[in-house]
Amino acid sequence: MAAIGLESIGKSFGSTQVLTDVTLHVCDGEFLTLVGPSGCGKSTLLRIIAGLERQDRGTVTIGGRPVDGLKPAARGVAMVFQSYALYPHMSVARNIATPLEMQRLTLAERLPLLRLLSPRRRRVMRGIMAEVEAVAASLQIDGLLDRKPAELSGGQRQRVALGRAMVRRPDAFLMDEPLSNLDAKLRVHMRGELADLHRRLGATFVYVTHDQTEAMTMSDRVALMLEGRIVQLGTPAELYDRPATVAVAQFIGSPPISLVPVSEQGGRLVAGGVRLGLPWVAGAATLGLRPESVAPVRLGTPGALPALLRRAENLGAEWLLYATLEDADATEIVCRLAADAHDAARAAGLLGDRLWLLPDPARAHLFDREGRRLVAGSVPHEAAA
Amino acid sequence: MRAAAATARLDAGLILGAGHAFAAPATLLLLLIYVVPVVALVWLSLTDYELGAVETRFLGLENFARALADPVFRRSIANTFAYVAIVLPGGVLLGLGAALLVHGRIRSRSVYEVIYFLPVTSTLIAMATVWQFLLHPRLGPVREITLALGLGEVAFLSDPALVIPTLAAIGLWQLVGFNMILFLAGLSAIPADLYEAAALDGASGGIDRFLRVTWPLLGPTTMFVTVTTSITAFKVFDTVRVLTEGGPAGASEVLLYVIWLEGFQYFRIGYAAALTLIFLAFILAFSILQAVALDRRVHY
Repeated sequence: MAAIGLESIGKSFGSTQVLTDVTLHVCDGEFLTLVGPSGCGKSTLLRIIAGLERQDRGTVTIGGRPVDGLKPAARGVAMVFQSYALYPHMSVARNIATPLEMQRLTLAERLPLLRLLSPRRRRVMRGIMAEVEAVAASLQIDGLLDRKPAELSGGQRQRVALGRAMVRRPDAFLMDEPLSNLDAKLRVHMRGELADLHRRLGATFVYVTHDQTEAMTMSDRVALMLEGRIVQLGTPAELYDRPATVAVAQFIGSPPISLVPVSEQGGRLVAGGVRLGLPWVAGAATLGLRPESVAPVRLGTPGALPALLRRAENLGAEWLLYATLEDADATEIVCRLAADAHDAARAAGLLGDRLWLLPDPARAHLFDREGRRLVAGSVPHEAAA
Repeated sequence: MRAAAATARLDAGLILGAGHAFAAPATLLLLLIYVVPVVALVWLSLTDYELGAVETRFLGLENFARALADPVFRRSIANTFAYVAIVLPGGVLLGLGAALLVHGRIRSRSVYEVIYFLPVTSTLIAMATVWQFLLHPRLGPVREITLALGLGEVAFLSDPALVIPTLAAIGLWQLVGFNMILFLAGLSAIPADLYEAAALDGASGGIDRFLRVTWPLLGPTTMFVTVTTSITAFKVFDTVRVLTEGGPAGASEVLLYVIWLEGFQYFRIGYAAALTLIFLAFILAFSILQAVALDRRVHY
């Protein structure tokens, strides 16, 4: 088991700066997710930890020891690839056995024909196969050991790739978008299995994904990357409740946060000509409202924004209302309502073509012109309370 | 009801007819170009047909019996196999080796590709005369090398023991570039993440990378290259025709050269047809053997 340290990592491909001064400490046994849009450098960072890519600047430590000069296999990490990267010509058993064969057999014992001369080899291989079977059993693929990867389903290949990573008992697991080749249903299922696996093994997991749902559901901490930098590092709840920038707020959460341009009038925040129940904060430019932090209210409620209902989605347990504000930009705003709250609002006649949406000041976010969060925690209304 | 059934039957007939009509041109061409010539060849091989002969006798299998007893033909089979035994492994291994080396180059790769491919594009007949000059025991530049090595004058093309290896070397010179291009295509098709997985599994040394990833994944390419190389090697003719004419003393008489002599010099078309069928049988048997042997190992 090992902590992973990244100190001021920089990396360029040609003239393109991919990573700029990335510093990150992954705790021993932690499930840390690197999340960000494609091209943000998250995969490159993972490959630098694995040793598949060499950083231009900075150092990588694993378990406190610098590994910059070490080959990938000597770093004590295992990796699961997006494509699984299984050896297509080998059986499942041989695929999983490969890391152990490389560790425990001499070069001569790995060569064709020559290996037949070694009596030791058979003994070692028996031991390896016993471990392979144990790992396969724990992943419920022990019935597939003789199959070739081409004969397996996507989910089964995924498990074989996990088995190949687990069999060496690595200090850390590196996972590069391991679920993105699975269909939606299986992805949700494997999400749970990976979280279980992390709990069971207690090893350090560094997980790369572009899917914020995966990041939010599995991780102890999430590092959100944009354009080669870590923009915010924190627990999923911190990223959701206290996004450091507009970009973070937009990336985390589904459906995404609604962004309403605001200005000042008589010491209050004004959006689309409506004085909100929120005090003005110097420099405020954008009000961020999560779908669950606005609610439909009666016409004429002070601080409520008038909007036109465009679309309503019934998700069973909840409803999503998509509306546009009656301001110059026709700003889009999304409102999430629990099914019973929706029914009550409809019964009260609040959900016509035109509706009034009241922001919850306690859960609203304010950002300045550069997109930076203005007050730590929340807007001052709550801070004062 | 009955009318509807009749219409359906008529429709089915029309569809069937249309299908046959669409398939007819291709079928006809296939028959004309491939099947009819082979049938004609089989018929010719059973006769004593000679070009311009007034009457032709049906001989049955006499031509084949004669061929198997013919010392010239038997020697030509031995010579051809000796040639294939050098060119086949040499062509596959050198092509693979060159591809592995060139594949590692980034900027100079295309230069090497062009250089290695040049012999493939050149006419072997023309290049053979260059080889004749190069290898000439009195005038050729290679003489200087053999003299410097203390081997004296080596008569590459007129020493019975050397003539087949020399022709094989020229055959290899022409073939390797082509095989290299095929292997390069095979190498490019190997996913990079397999090498990365191998690196994480501990297989980062050259030998392990080659044995765990490169060689197994080149299986289909290797099979294709082996089959085409053996067919090319079996068909050796032009260098023999230009450089040695089967000499010295029949030491370089190969299958195709003997067939050419029988058919186009002696005009014994019937006998030549029988030899051609035997030649085709060899190629077919060899290809099937390789396909079966390799197929089991390259499918995944």
